[in-house]
This record gives sequence, C-alpha cells and structure tokens, in this order.
Amino acid sequence: MAKVLVVTSGKGGVGKTTSTAALGASLAQNGEKVVVVDFDVGLRNLDLVMGAERRVVFDLINVVQGVAKLSQALIRDKRLENLWLLPASQTRDKDALTDEGVGSIIADLRTRFDWIICDSPAGIERGATLAMRYADEAVIVTNPEVSSVRDSDRIIGMLDSKTVKAEKGEQVKKHVLITRYDTARAARGEMLTIEDILEILATPLLGIIPESQDVLRASNVGSPVTLNNAASAPARAYTDAARRLMGETVTMLVPTERKGLMDRLLGRRAA
Amino acid sequence: MSASLLRFFSGRTASAPVARERLQILLAHERSLRGQPDLLELLREEILAVVARHVELDPDKVIVKMERGETVSTLEVDIELPSGCQRMIAAAG
Repeated sequence: MAKVLVVTSGKGGVGKTTSTAALGASLAQNGEKVVVVDFDVGLRNLDLVMGAERRVVFDLINVVQGVAKLSQALIRDKRLENLWLLPASQTRDKDALTDEGVGSIIADLRTRFDWIICDSPAGIERGATLAMRYADEAVIVTNPEVSSVRDSDRIIGMLDSKTVKAEKGEQVKKHVLITRYDTARAARGEMLTIEDILEILATPLLGIIPESQDVLRASNVGSPVTLNNAASAPARAYTDAARRLMGETVTMLVPTERKGLMDRLLGRRAA
Repeated sequence: MSASLLRFFSGRTASAPVARERLQILLAHERSLRGQPDLLELLREEILAVVARHVELDPDKVIVKMERGETVSTLEVDIELPSGCQRMIAAAG
C-alpha cells in the first residue's frame, strides 16, 4: 500500500530538500517506486538538488488547475528508473494550492507509487500545512540547535492536530531525523546531544546525519547525496534511515568520515 | 569524565546544558498554550463587541496589548472613539 511521507521542520535551512532527495533515492535503490513532490511553491529547489532543473515543463500547480495531466508533469530520474519528481511552480504563489486540489493529486499518486515523499516549505503557513495534510508518516528534520528544536516541537503539534489522520482520530507516524550532527562537539558539551533532542521532542529517531562536506558537494552537482557518493558518511546514514522507513531494524550509529592518509596528515576536518 | 576534562583544559564551560534547560522551560510553556485560541485576539473581539453595542467605532482603532513582567503583567486596552461620537440607542439594549 502506498505511503505518503512528509519531510518537514518548521525552520528553514535544516536540510528538508537534501533529506527528501536522499531518502527518495535510497528508497528507489531498494526497489521501491518513489515520487518526490516539491511543495515549496514560488521557491522550488528540489528540481535543482535532484539535477532535473532543465527538464521541468509542467508543475504541481498546473496539475492542480487542470492545465496539465499528472503524467505530463512527472519527471523520471535519469539515474534511477524507480524515482520520479513532481516539481513545484516557480512563478505562482502558494495560494494557488488548494486543499481539494492537493487531495486529488495525492489520491492519484497513491495508485501509481509505493512512496509519495512531500518536501515541505519552511514555516507553518499554507504550503507547509498542505504538504503535511494527507501524510501517513512524517520525517521531522532537526538540527542540534535551539531554534530548530523549538520549531520541530511546533510542527509535531501541527502533525497531531491539522492532518487528515489527526482529524480522523488517528496518528501520523512521526520520526525525528537529526542532521548536521557533530559527535565531537556534542561530546565537548558544545552541542545538544541526541539524547537531549529525543527527550525534549519525545519522538522516535529515524537517523543521525553527520555534518559533512559531501552534502554540499552533492547538491553542487545536482545529485542526491546517496547517489553521488554512496560510501560517504551522510549517504550511509541516509541509506540506514531509508531502510528503517521500510521497516527494517538497523543499528543506530553515527557514520563517520573515513579519512585518507593525506587528510590525517594535513589535519583536515569535516566541515 | 573525558568530556569534562577536555572542557577543563579548553577553559570553556559547556553551553549545551544551558540550551537544553532553556528549551525544556520554553516548550513546557508553549505546549500548554497550544490549541487554545489566541487570548489577545479573543479579548480584542469581545471588548469590541461590547463597546460597539453602545458606541459606533472603527474596529481597527481597538488596540489590546499585554505586557508580561516578572511580578506583574498588564493588559492595556486602547479604544479610539470617533469625534462627536453619539451614544447609540441600541435596539437590543
């Protein structure tokens, strides 16, 4: 049965789009049929991170308004045949999205895919509430930093009250994904620890993505980090997280960079 | 132990416990308010309704402010009445 997963956070710049691309690619590599949907109308970026920016013809708003068919707006990934992208509109504003319109697209996507991953815009306005509206599960992307944790808590409250599932008296299955984590800084007491964040948010952990230069490197070239360098620390962390989404039990650890001899000699550090 | 030793030698105190404590206090407060209508908006609307029963006024000229202090909080209601305002004879009383 198809699952609708929203990747959300409240706060901007914590890694929602990076995580959407990486988890989507990883699920597709595991044989799942996946569509990643950009809900950031007016500020689309998932197309760029996925390397499909030059292939966008129609978008989510065109489909909502009946200008284009869903099949015309879906873009198939050039690397993974199981992975598709539904881009957001760059020219329209978020008021062009309606609850009914989004509902009917999600219902249609459910018949075609195993996973529908909705990349939420930042904030708590219309775009963000519609991205989570039809979700079965949610990934709350959180940085180990006070403002991000506070916003995650707010978003968790919205997932428990403003979604279709919540209104039916059911629960959206929530997972916290901690990104930009630095084990050494946390050990020195300079950064909130995993335990701190989980205790405050009282939500199960999906994965820990270490701070890494590989994330920027992958977005520079338009490739999900799991495809760009599968052996990198963030790629391994995202791959583990994707397997947990599929119901597998994977030991939770923070993957670390495998430093080469030159890196060690020159004392290079990740980020 | 190693973390505290490191901290001792680096001469810095750990800031993460401060972050943790501030978050716990703040979120406990914010969660208690969640789901309730915005108090100030509610007060503004109800005060406006009461005054409007007797005096014609511009809804935009009703300002309700709340200031939270350490020991005392104040609620300030500022209603601008139109010049030469007349007492309306409210049919409903």
